[in-house]
Amino acid sequence: MSSLIKGTTLSNTEVRTEAKAAREPQPYWNPYLAGLGLGLVLLAAFVIMGRGLGASGAFSSLVAVGVDAVAPAHANANDFYAEYIGDGTKSPLKDWLVFEVLGVFVGGFISGLFANRVTKVVERGPNISSAGRLTFAFIGGGLMGIGAKLARGCTSGQALTGGALFNVGSWAFMMMVFGGAYAAAYFVRRQWQ
Amino acid sequence: MNAPFFKYGLFGDDVSLVIAFIIGIGFGFFLERAGFGSSKKLAAQFYFTDLTVFKVMFTGIITAMVGVYYLSAIGFVDLSLVYLTPTFLLPQVVGGLILGVGFVVGGYCPGTSCVAASTGRIDGMVYLLGVIFGIFVFGEAFPLVSNFYVSTPMGQITLPQISGLPYGLLVFLVVLMALGGFAGAEWVEKKMAAKKAGA
Repeated sequence: MSSLIKGTTLSNTEVRTEAKAAREPQPYWNPYLAGLGLGLVLLAAFVIMGRGLGASGAFSSLVAVGVDAVAPAHANANDFYAEYIGDGTKSPLKDWLVFEVLGVFVGGFISGLFANRVTKVVERGPNISSAGRLTFAFIGGGLMGIGAKLARGCTSGQALTGGALFNVGSWAFMMMVFGGAYAAAYFVRRQWQ
Repeated sequence: MNAPFFKYGLFGDDVSLVIAFIIGIGFGFFLERAGFGSSKKLAAQFYFTDLTVFKVMFTGIITAMVGVYYLSAIGFVDLSLVYLTPTFLLPQVVGGLILGVGFVVGGYCPGTSCVAASTGRIDGMVYLLGVIFGIFVFGEAFPLVSNFYVSTPMGQITLPQISGLPYGLLVFLVVLMALGGFAGAEWVEKKMAAKKAGA
């Protein structure tokens, strides 16, 4: 703009630079403000629904439905799957957490879009290849899946929700999450630093 | 006493799914705003360079905790109708440890990986596939671990119940603890930044 005011026209390079600057990712919100927002969403869930937030449960429904489709007898003989499949009176995917998690995808995308943060990228430290990072991501996700099921919930359902309700198991869980992560951090530092 | 609305029959199951979707949008929005669509930012928590995870998580916890306490104290929310996951101490301790390791190895937790995936992070998408695979492994192994899964049952129990301390006092203590934690986190971040600048 300043160059226009001075009466000169923008060169092509200048136009490109300005357009690029407009698409720069915006800074993240102040963590306390984002946390306040998160807490109010959780409070809304308590007041409106009488339950908290979750994430891993939705994927359990998905897995149970998948196993049920491939091997129904096997799925129904397993108490874990059977609980998610239900008694057949309604679709297991017509579930509160499934719809909530669909919303999480949409809400994240909306936020990212307005802040210019939607980018196809493999996030990794400078000392690891993309393939290496993706291998770690898969292994970490796998551990997370197992841990979340053993603990009856993940960071959303246990730490956040149970934390706010003083749930004894949730507080024990939360300490262990931080403990486990700090204990393992040294061994995977090359992935991040 | 008129909340939780759903428990008082203000709307049915179908409407609850619409509400689930809207609440999810809010959840995902604030997760992304906090920077939790980025595995590097999340993992930095565990190297003390960026303690946003702690700050956001505990601000969220104390906000909802104070809110629900206040709304229950004035008689608006019946806290006994808010679902509490039953405690099975040992499996939750072991599950928490495994999950913590998965957090720093994979760079996300399930909720944050959804936000990462929807904003284009390929590591977030692969992580989600890992979560699905992990749940499948757990499901297949369930007959073997089912005894451990239901061990050390304590029922639906809260810290005020187990400690005998008044609910309000514990809310106050947790808020104090969080505020102290925030001050500590800011101090640690400054120290780490100075160390990095000096190195």
